[in-house]
Amino acid sequence: MAEEVVLMKGNEAIAHAAIRCGADGYFGYPITPQSEVLETLAEEKPWETTGMVVLQAESEVAAINMVYGAAATGKMVLTSSSSPGVSLKQEGISYIAGAELPCLIVNVMRGGPGLGTIQPSQADYFQSTKGGGHGDYRLIVLAPSSVQEMADFVGLAFNLAFKYRNPAMILADGVIGQMMEKVVLPPFRPRRTEEEIIAQCPWAANGRKKGRKPNIITSLELDPVIMEQRNIHLQAKYKEIEKNEVRCEEIQCEDAEYLIVAFGSCARIAMKAIEIAREQGIKVGLLRPITLWPFPYDEIELLSHHIKGILVLELNAGQMIEDVRLAVQNNIKIVHSGRMGGIVPDPDEVVDDLKEKLMK
Amino acid sequence: MTKEDIIKPENLVYKKPTLLNDNPMHYCPGCSHGVVHKLIAEVIEEMGMEEKTIGISPVGCAVFMYNYLDIDWEEAAHGRAPAVASAIKRLWPDRLVFTYQGDGDLACIGTAETIHALNRGENIAIIFINNAIYGMTGGQMAPTTLVGMKTATCPYGRDVQLHGYPLKMTEIAATLEGTAYVTRQTVHTVAAIRKAKKAIRKAFENSMNGKGASLVEIVSTCNSGWKMSPSAANKWMEENMFPYYPLGDLKDKE
Repeated sequence: MAEEVVLMKGNEAIAHAAIRCGADGYFGYPITPQSEVLETLAEEKPWETTGMVVLQAESEVAAINMVYGAAATGKMVLTSSSSPGVSLKQEGISYIAGAELPCLIVNVMRGGPGLGTIQPSQADYFQSTKGGGHGDYRLIVLAPSSVQEMADFVGLAFNLAFKYRNPAMILADGVIGQMMEKVVLPPFRPRRTEEEIIAQCPWAANGRKKGRKPNIITSLELDPVIMEQRNIHLQAKYKEIEKNEVRCEEIQCEDAEYLIVAFGSCARIAMKAIEIAREQGIKVGLLRPITLWPFPYDEIELLSHHIKGILVLELNAGQMIEDVRLAVQNNIKIVHSGRMGGIVPDPDEVVDDLKEKLMK
Repeated sequence: MTKEDIIKPENLVYKKPTLLNDNPMHYCPGCSHGVVHKLIAEVIEEMGMEEKTIGISPVGCAVFMYNYLDIDWEEAAHGRAPAVASAIKRLWPDRLVFTYQGDGDLACIGTAETIHALNRGENIAIIFINNAIYGMTGGQMAPTTLVGMKTATCPYGRDVQLHGYPLKMTEIAATLEGTAYVTRQTVHTVAAIRKAKKAIRKAFENSMNGKGASLVEIVSTCNSGWKMSPSAANKWMEENMFPYYPLGDLKDKE
């Protein structure tokens, strides 16, 4: 049977993919530019088909704590929001990371700081990749650059979240959330039965079966010696994720003299900019980090030996550029290009920056 | 009559509930928490829900409640227990899901979560310990601190000009369409303990019978925070707390 191709927004793809991946629950609060996630779920009524629970919470704070509660029972649950709402979720995300619970958080970024704008941005890079809430923790951060990846990364994020008992984030932006593209949705996967959940998640608090000790989900430990051990355990897990889960895409890097590093919607703009630049005889390639954490440090370091300079293109004042600088050990030039506050650059602007900032 | 004649199952009048384990409690002598913990353990056992109960502990003195009752637990962020419980109950409808929260947790930082979970008619039970003070952090003013009552952050007494009025969350809860059962109890006498247990049982049964949300407030003492002996705290509670927080059922959708 031929694959069914549909046309939809990135936000809608998240909702459909969640239902199809066998998600047990979604908890969210409306905020532009991601409200279509909750709207699509409400329209699809998955509680009548797969049995997935969909609940509009009273706030982003409540929504992330609903995710905490449900994830602690071993259920597969997600929430979505946009930048100011994700800031509100940070306390809960820290608790989820501290208690080592699997879940998915979708952030369709908009321009900040503060209430900011409803236009696209990538200014939550630091918040997403360096922790965000209090304490030493990491999220697995996936950066889709197409509606297809919005759909594909839902299942991937859940797989990684359960594999490592760690919250995963899909970090998109207003462009990816709002634009419509062709997409092939993932196949339907039934929700796990209660027996399957209990077998898969022996740690989960869903009713103490006879013969086992109570499962207690908490991030609290007053004894600092034990708390340090918990932190050491978390850091060992993060090392393992760094070793196994780096994902990135290299485009036209074989003969490149210059490199653009960009993620999400910026990677799409960069691809057009590269086409224009190559028509002008400038050999430039693209490295697109797919996981923002773990970051492709080694891949960028390897490429840095064969190129003259790197342009880091992002919809912010220069955040990912710090990780690119950490990756590169030699003295090649590394410059930032990008716009802020909801403005999306034109590919020509990027080519200009390439010539003016990097090649001069 | 010999000792052996007396120690017989039919003569047993009291025993510790099996669910209540032997971990030494961290609560101060005279505190109400231990009594309420025991009642909850008894009710879960009597309902035969040992393997199907999920408790949500708060931030506050009862944060460590999970150390004392041998059921599955989730420890919630400060004030968020009703949101945590809402999601669990919706995803595990045949489980008994209850929260156990103090006045700061439920009536201050978690006001929104409390009101909205109750108003949605979530099939959860909320046990609300109101001792008019923050115990865990060392005796600061609570949303339910009485006017004139002294705490570490209102050392000259609660002043309505400065701090506003003590919040009657249980009265608010009774006005919400989603609540099935709203009651205010206490545990300072044997008679009161028996009544409180019945209230907890009704709240837990409502949760399992899909009747909507139940809130059981237990007006409690914090003799350490109040800087009184346990017996003086009981007397002070009768004379000062009960007039402002009158005992009894506020709502019961039978």
